[in-house]
Amino acid sequence: MHRRGVGAGAIAKKKLAEAKYKERGTVLAEDQLAQMSKQLDMFKTNLEEFASKHKQEIRKNPEFRVQFQDMCATIGVDPLASGKGFWSEMLGVGDFYYELGVQIIEVCLALKHRNGGLITLEELHQQVLKGRGKFAQDVSQDDLLRAIKKLKVLGNGFGIIPVGGTYLIQSVPAELNMDHTVILQLAEKKGYVTVSEIKSSLKWETERAKQVLEHLLKEGMAWLDTQAAGEPQYWLPALFTELYSQEITPEEAKEAIP
Amino acid sequence: MDRFAWTSGLLELGETLVVQQRGVRLCDGEEKVKFDSGVLLLSTHRLIWRDQKNHECCMAIPLSQVVFIEEQAAGIGKSAKIVVHLHPASSNKEPGPFQSSKYSYIKLSFKEHGQIEFYRRLSEEMTQRRWENMRTGQTIKVNKNPQAGRLRAVGIVGIERKLEEKRKETDRNISEAFEDLSKLMEKAKEMVELSKSIASKIKEKQGDITEDETIRFKSYLLSMGIANPVTRETYGSGTHYHMQLAKQLAGILQTPLEERGGIMSLTEVYCLVNRARGLELLSPEDLVNACKMLESLKLPLRLRIFDSGVMVIELQSHNEEEMVASALETVSEKGSLTADEFAKLVGMSVLLAKERLLLAEKMGHLCRDDSVEGLRFYPNLFLTQN
Repeated sequence: MHRRGVGAGAIAKKKLAEAKYKERGTVLAEDQLAQMSKQLDMFKTNLEEFASKHKQEIRKNPEFRVQFQDMCATIGVDPLASGKGFWSEMLGVGDFYYELGVQIIEVCLALKHRNGGLITLEELHQQVLKGRGKFAQDVSQDDLLRAIKKLKVLGNGFGIIPVGGTYLIQSVPAELNMDHTVILQLAEKKGYVTVSEIKSSLKWETERAKQVLEHLLKEGMAWLDTQAAGEPQYWLPALFTELYSQEITPEEAKEAIP
Repeated sequence: MDRFAWTSGLLELGETLVVQQRGVRLCDGEEKVKFDSGVLLLSTHRLIWRDQKNHECCMAIPLSQVVFIEEQAAGIGKSAKIVVHLHPASSNKEPGPFQSSKYSYIKLSFKEHGQIEFYRRLSEEMTQRRWENMRTGQTIKVNKNPQAGRLRAVGIVGIERKLEEKRKETDRNISEAFEDLSKLMEKAKEMVELSKSIASKIKEKQGDITEDETIRFKSYLLSMGIANPVTRETYGSGTHYHMQLAKQLAGILQTPLEERGGIMSLTEVYCLVNRARGLELLSPEDLVNACKMLESLKLPLRLRIFDSGVMVIELQSHNEEEMVASALETVSEKGSLTADEFAKLVGMSVLLAKERLLLAEKMGHLCRDDSVEGLRFYPNLFLTQN
């Protein structure tokens, strides 16, 4: 009579089979790693060829850069993750964005005393272009956004807040929750906002509106104009246009706050 | 510098402009010369330099005189340079700014950047050697003599034709580029799939894959820019590259840290290190991954993350808690201080000043007064005067 799978013999056999399977499993991983290594080398060659023909295009053409970045994102690849990555080494995309990161940090730091660490993408763009000089490579707003997304990991509070049709870039580790963001968006149209406006458009209570506005004042992102006709106005220096803003020193900024 | 010959700066027939860059200074070997601010033009045939202030001052070297070129990365306070090694000047060379030179190379210093692009184009021209194929004829003279009319027409038509060619070529290039890009992405996608299957195998096998193999796998992922789905406690997302980087950083940052009171924010470090490198910059993630390994590698620096999320590098010898004691003294002396005021007094960045005051508060030494006028810190009298 044949009995299946029972008895000391069967158990021993099963153990042996398991051990062999495990061994084979490790070998499998090794095989796959070797395969990946080979495929990597091939890919590197393909990338080199691509670079020799089109490296120029990526560096000179912002639209092509967007295409490139989008395609990478679709397949799950981050060409900017590391300076040691193939993309960075062969296409030079790394240096382009990492240097841009440095320039963004410097601009934000220089203007922080004025705007509390909030700046529109437009103004950031202008200032960065100024710093790069006339004959530097063209840099688009999309480029800036991608560089900023990479900077987040440095823990300095870099953030991107959508307002109106554009973005506000935050460069300080201040807590900005949904309430704050919504008020920033409301203020975008005129550069300032009042408690009544908040109450009527957002249907908030006075207390909630005041709390949020006070937080922005404390962080230096909003300035209070108590001399406005009617009720006090809360202005956002980040949203000042060329028309209204002037260069002021940190001392003057301090005196402006009540 | 004795290889340069004066020139009008006008391109000759058959010679095309490849790239130009302003803000370039010339150096004769290791020595500076008075030509410190000019536009550097690369054509298919020559390297031309024209003084930005005095356009009459214009000189050129034929590319055939170039032996080879090197890049010199920027340093702190120094612009990036290209070193151009030259053949000896031919005896029938046209007159130029220097009769003789003890150097057989010149340096081009890029004060307004642009060296990466310029170097690339110059290398291309050196490889293609287009000057050997294209004979240059007479210079296009405009408004100079009676035959100018006929020459001018040829010149302009020629230029227009060239522009049209260039437009068509650009269009062709772009569509070809997109096609090639799509093909490349297909291949990259295969790599991503393969890495996913390996990653799932690793998860299944938990203990059966060696440390070595995991590190290998991680470095493959790093090259492709694929996010690491399997993190090991020992090295986090680190690879050998990040280990080396960590050791390098320990060397580079020792002095700057000492100069800044033993502590720097990670953004400061990022800017400092990348400005010094000039080329082959670090990505923010590279920096963070390397810093995460500092402690485990027993290096004299460490990464510290404050409650606010702010990340700093400290010297091992730096003790923030001790600094808090001196901060308390400073605040007590002045009665009360905001982060801005404290920063100015002590000579720190506002960001780090705020973190120190917050830490002091956390430890119970300071109290806050949070108002519209800002965040102000006072010595904690509740603790001391009770």
